[in-house]
Amino acid sequence: MSDESPAIEVRDLVKIYSGHTAVSKISFTVARGEILGFLGPNGAGKSTTMRILTGYLPATAGEVLVCGVPVASRSDDIKKLIGYMPENNPLPEDMRVSEYLHYRGRLKEISRRKLGPRIDEVLELCDLTRVRHRIIGKLSKGFRQRVGIAEAILAEPPVIIMDEPTIGLDPHQIIIVRNLIASLRGRMTVIISSHILPEIETTCDRVIIVNQGRVVASGTPAALSREIFNHSRYELEISGDTAAALPAELARLDPSLAITRTGEPDATGFRKLTLTSARTDDLCEPLLRALANDSRFRVRSLAQSRPSLEEVFLTVTKRGWDSVDAPASATVVK
Amino acid sequence: MKHFTTILSHEIRMLLVSASTYIAAFLFLAVMGFIFSGVLEEYNAAAQDTSPASVFFQLYWLPVFFMVPLLTMKCLAEERRLGTLETLLTAPVTTTEVVLGKYFASYFLYLLLWAATGGFFFILNHFAGDSRFIDLGPLLGGYLFIAVSGLLYVAVGVFASSLTRNQAVAGIFSFVMVFGLILGIRFIGTREALNMDSLQSLRALVDYSNAARHLEDFTRGVVDTRQILFYVSGTVLALIFSILGVEAKLIHS
Repeated sequence: MSDESPAIEVRDLVKIYSGHTAVSKISFTVARGEILGFLGPNGAGKSTTMRILTGYLPATAGEVLVCGVPVASRSDDIKKLIGYMPENNPLPEDMRVSEYLHYRGRLKEISRRKLGPRIDEVLELCDLTRVRHRIIGKLSKGFRQRVGIAEAILAEPPVIIMDEPTIGLDPHQIIIVRNLIASLRGRMTVIISSHILPEIETTCDRVIIVNQGRVVASGTPAALSREIFNHSRYELEISGDTAAALPAELARLDPSLAITRTGEPDATGFRKLTLTSARTDDLCEPLLRALANDSRFRVRSLAQSRPSLEEVFLTVTKRGWDSVDAPASATVVK
Repeated sequence: MKHFTTILSHEIRMLLVSASTYIAAFLFLAVMGFIFSGVLEEYNAAAQDTSPASVFFQLYWLPVFFMVPLLTMKCLAEERRLGTLETLLTAPVTTTEVVLGKYFASYFLYLLLWAATGGFFFILNHFAGDSRFIDLGPLLGGYLFIAVSGLLYVAVGVFASSLTRNQAVAGIFSFVMVFGLILGIRFIGTREALNMDSLQSLRALVDYSNAARHLEDFTRGVVDTRQILFYVSGTVLALIFSILGVEAKLIHS
């Protein structure tokens, strides 16, 4: 196990369940200390990929290395390198929080001497000290979720894999979990999957989007939005002759600048317009100067809008939505 | 096998804090108490040839039919239903350790419940003050038979639990298998058709695996290693199938 090897290396991973291809030829690498977001619509193969990474499921073909150790042939060693929190965070209902962590700690081969202080530490870290003697089955969803996270980081493994850690939490708890994950940055490699896209956007260094078993996009959230939408977009609030005079004015400034959406005018006569341009440099200032000096228009606001990860996600997975879930696609495609 | 003791002590602890264990224990001891007092009344009415212990153990299968499914149906099926099997198997433990840990925890409880019936004989000895009631040979032989045959019955229950995520299905399945092992083989043994020459080998097989005959031998003080081998090999087989059952479900899940 060399220290230079990436934390996770996946090459051409294939998983076929009785004729149905859940994962087809996924490849990616995760550097040490990186936080990776794993995105995709339901049934895209996220959970399956994560389960293969932990050695819980065998892959049909392909190779997975965790810290340079092959998962398929040395799954016993892999289990010591990974802290895993499965989907829906299954926990035994009839144990107390500290009892459960103690049992898991013993299974993860933490020595008795170190286990007590370590449990106190993770309870403190996950804000669970108040409920340490409560029975898990009687805890609220937020506490249960944090018990799952505490369990995953208990043995301080180099790699942590969490399948939807923030599902079902209220905004306050999401911030706690987000800070918790951010505090692991640099020390541990973290892979999280989530449907809450702003969550991934703020927490993760890098994002991989999978759809129908394939990686459809990968990179930092900012790079992804540049890559997927290779144009920039502006939101403009303006009153005046937007139908005829404005497009000509815009074309003078930048030939590719066009109005893509025109809103209804409000009570004061201002309407919202969405402009797109093929140029990626910032056109805000020249645009504002040109429009402000023109007496035909009154400008109230102008801003460059960056496509959110949500839009990137919807764009790159759109084909899947169309074919898999046709009625839903009608509401998401703008 | 590093984690075997961790899992075993955890499982025993979980069994001992669960209310269903005490309900099962109460029912078990109530049924056994009725059987025991029934046996004593029979002895009260008329003198008998055999000791009370051997008569008492002849009805051992009655509690086995409901105790074994109740004790074992939960062990793997419930873990699979809750999804905790996934967290358990992604910790550095092997399937073998998990299955053996759960098996021996259930077996420990099975023995504990049977050991509690020793209290009946103690009370009888204490209050009757007649040492003729307590014939130590059949008593120890009976308990030894319970311990040896329990190995197989509990393993069969664990196997049933490894096949499904539904506790009720696991319970019914283990009941059917234990029923077949105890009464099914006895029933086949009484068939006239088995006396035909061409079925000699089948006849020998049925005789060899007849639990009623094993019990008879044990209570007479005859401890036959072939019979012990029958139960031990059956146990090993059932446990291997349980381990394979858990792993096969993972591969095809």
